[in-house]
Amino acid sequence: MEAIWFAIVAAMLAIYAVLDGFDFGAGILHRIVAKNDIERRTVIRAIGPIWDGNEVWLIAAGGVLFMAFPRVYATAFSGFYMGLMIVLWLLILRGVAIEFRSHQEHLLWREFWDTIFSIASTLLAVVFGATLGNLVRGVPLDKDGLPGMPLFTNFLPRAHAGILDWYTILVGVFTLAVLAIHGALYLAWRTSGPVRERSVALASQMWKVVLILWVIVTLATIFIRPETIASHASRPWTIAFVLMSIGGITGMYVFPRKGRELSAFLSSCAFLLGLVATSLSGNYPYWLRSTLDPSHSLTASNSISPGASQAYVWFGAGMVLTVGYFTYLFHSMREKVGSEGEEGY
Amino acid sequence: MSDVLIWHRIHFAFSITFHYLFPQLTMGLAWFIVAFKILAVRLNDESYNQVARFWGRIFALNFAMGVVTGIPMEFQFGTNWARFSKFSGEVVAQSLAMEGVFAFFLESTFLGLFLFGEKKLGARKHLLAAIALAIGSSLSGYFIIVANAFMQHPTGYRLGNDGILHLESLRAFLLNPWAFWQLAHTMMASFVTTSFVIAAVGAYWLLMGRNTHHAQICLRAAIVAGLASTVLVAFPTGDRAGRMVANHQPITLAAMEGLFEGGPYAELAIIGQPDVNARRLDNPIVVPGLLSFLAYGTFGSTVHGLNDYPKSEWPHSVELLYYSYHIMVGLGTLFMLTMGISAFLLFKGKLMHSRKMLWVLMLAFPFPYIATTAGWWTAEIGRQPWVVYGLMRTAQAHSALVSTGDVVFTLLGFAGLYLLLGNIFVVQIVKEINRDITATH
Repeated sequence: MEAIWFAIVAAMLAIYAVLDGFDFGAGILHRIVAKNDIERRTVIRAIGPIWDGNEVWLIAAGGVLFMAFPRVYATAFSGFYMGLMIVLWLLILRGVAIEFRSHQEHLLWREFWDTIFSIASTLLAVVFGATLGNLVRGVPLDKDGLPGMPLFTNFLPRAHAGILDWYTILVGVFTLAVLAIHGALYLAWRTSGPVRERSVALASQMWKVVLILWVIVTLATIFIRPETIASHASRPWTIAFVLMSIGGITGMYVFPRKGRELSAFLSSCAFLLGLVATSLSGNYPYWLRSTLDPSHSLTASNSISPGASQAYVWFGAGMVLTVGYFTYLFHSMREKVGSEGEEGY
Repeated sequence: MSDVLIWHRIHFAFSITFHYLFPQLTMGLAWFIVAFKILAVRLNDESYNQVARFWGRIFALNFAMGVVTGIPMEFQFGTNWARFSKFSGEVVAQSLAMEGVFAFFLESTFLGLFLFGEKKLGARKHLLAAIALAIGSSLSGYFIIVANAFMQHPTGYRLGNDGILHLESLRAFLLNPWAFWQLAHTMMASFVTTSFVIAAVGAYWLLMGRNTHHAQICLRAAIVAGLASTVLVAFPTGDRAGRMVANHQPITLAAMEGLFEGGPYAELAIIGQPDVNARRLDNPIVVPGLLSFLAYGTFGSTVHGLNDYPKSEWPHSVELLYYSYHIMVGLGTLFMLTMGISAFLLFKGKLMHSRKMLWVLMLAFPFPYIATTAGWWTAEIGRQPWVVYGLMRTAQAHSALVSTGDVVFTLLGFAGLYLLLGNIFVVQIVKEINRDITATH
C-alpha cells in the first residue's frame, strides 16, 4: 500500500510540474517574449484560464501527502518552515499579480504586476528545484524529527547543510532553465504573432543550455548520492523514465524545426515528467533521507497511514472527474491566442 | 502557555481570519450569479446578464484573494501545527485531501472556463460553468467543515496504541452530525454576507442615481435572499449548532454565555461584562430561564456553570469567547431587523425611493463580515483548551522544533503582505463598482 501512495503522490507532483511548469515558464519569460501591453496580454490570456487549475495539483498533492503520510507532511513542512513560508509569499504575489494586472488600464500598474509575476515565477522555479534537491541530498533528521532548517549555512551539501547549498542551487537553476523552455514551447504552441516568434527563437537557443545543465546535474547527483545508480539498477523499469526524458529532449530539438509546435510542447512535457519521475523513483522508498543516521529517515513504509486504504475508491473517482474537467478545459480553449479580442483575460 | 505557542496561535488566527473574508462571499455569490444568469434567459432581459457579469468580476477578485490566502492554510497545519498533523492527519487529512480532489479542481477549472468568456463558450456552456463553480465552492465549504467538525466533535476514529488517531470509519467521519448543522449555519451566514454586499452595491447605485435598473435587480434579489438567510442563520441552523455545543461542549456553553453559577432556570445574558477573577457578570441584563430553554428545551433544565468545572478545563479566554459570541448573536438580530424592514418596504413598493433605508443598506455590509468572524472565533476559542476536543490539547499541538523567532518573522510577513493586498483589493473593488456596467469588459 505504501508503494501505491508513494507513486500516487509522486505522480501528482510530476503532473503538477508539467502543468504549472508551463505557466511558470510563461511567467519567467513574460517580460522577455512580450514587449508591449498587447503582447503581455497575449501571454496572460494563454495561461489565464488554466493556471489556477494547474496550481491545484500542488494543493491536492499536499492534501494527499498529509492524508497518506502525515509524519512526512508534518516533519517536512515544519522542518522547511522558513523556506515554505517564502514559497507561500511568492505564490500569493504571483497569484494576485495575474489577477490584479488586468483590472486597470494603467501603464505603470501593469508594468508593476508584470514584473512581480516574472520575479515570483523565477524565484519559485529555483526554490521548487532546490526542494527536490533537498529530497535527493537528504536532510539532518534526528530522532525527534527535523529541526527548523536554515535557508543556508556554508553552501556545502554536508550533514548540516541549509536548504540552499551548491547542489540544491544547481538543481534550482536547472529547474529554472527547464521551466523556461517548457513555457517557451507552450507559448509557441498557444500564441501567434511576435510572442510566438520570440518564444520559438528563445526555445531553440535555450535547448543547448538545458542539455548541458542536465548532464551537469546528473553528474552532481551521482556524486552526492552514488546509491541512486544502485536504486535504479534494482528497479530497472525506472529506466523507462530516463528514456522518456531522452525522448523528450530529442523531440524538443527536432519538432520545433519542423514547425510541429504541439509535438514540441508534448516532448517538453515528457522530458519534465521523466525528470521528476526519475528523481522520485530513484529516491524510493525515502521521503526524507537523514544525513545523520539512516535509521531516522522517513520512508514510505514507516510513515504510511493505515487509513489511506479507505481512500482508494474516492481518490480514483476524483481523478476520473479531474481528468474530465481538464480535458474539457483544454479542449474548450484549444484555439491560438492572438492579439485580437478583449473578453475575459 | 509557552511563549512560542501564543505566537503560533496568533499566526493561525490572523491568517485564517483574513482568509475567510473572501470565501464567505464567493460561496454565496456563486449561487447569485447562477440565479442572475438563469433569470436573464427566463426574462429575456440583458440587464440581468450585465449584473451577472459585474458580479462575476467581483467574484474573480474575491476568488483570487481566497485562493492565495487559502494555500497558506493548508500548509500551516504542517508548518506550525506539526504535532497536531502527526496525531490526527490520518483522519482529518481525509477531508483536506478530498477538498483538493473534489472541490478545488472543479472550482478552478470551471472558473477558468467562466472567465474565459461567454462569447467564446456560448450562453449554455457559460451557465454550466457558473453552476459547476457554485457546486465546487459549496463542496469546498463542506470538506473544510468536516475537518473542523472533527476537531470540535471527533467521530469515526480510533486512538491507537501508537498514541495517534486512526481512521475507523470514513463514513462516520464524513457524516459527523456536528458537521451537518455547522455547514448549514456557515452556508446561511455566507448568504447573509452576500445579500448585504449585493444590497449595499445596489443601494449605492440608486443613491447615486446610476445604473438604476441594475441596482433594483440587485436590491430585489438581495433583500429576498437576505430575509430568508438572516432568519435561517438563526433558526434552525444557529439554534441547532448551539444545542450541539450545549450537549457536547458544556463548558464552552457556560463560557459563551458568561454563566458562572449553573442550575435550573438558567438566565440568558443579553449584555454584561464577565469578570473572570470574581467569577461573575458585571452590569448584566438577563432573561430568566431562557438559557435553560434554548439549550435543553425546557425552562427547568439544568445548565452547568463554569464553577462546576476546574479552571484548567475552561477556554483560555472566557472574555473573548463571551464577546465574540454576543457580537455574533447581537448583530444577527439586527440583520433580521434590517432585512425585515427592507423586505416590508420592498413589498410596499417603497424601498427604491426610501433614501434612509438605502443609506442603511449601503453602510451595513461590513457587519456581516464582523458577525461571521465573531462566529468562527466563538467556535475556535470555544473549543479551547483542546485542538481536537477531548483528545489533544492545543498546548501539545504546535511544531516543537520551530523557533519563536521564525514564527514571529513569518507572522509579521503575513501581516504586512495581507495589509498591502487588502488595501489594493478594496481599491480594485471600488473601481469595479464605479465602472460603466453596460460595457462588456
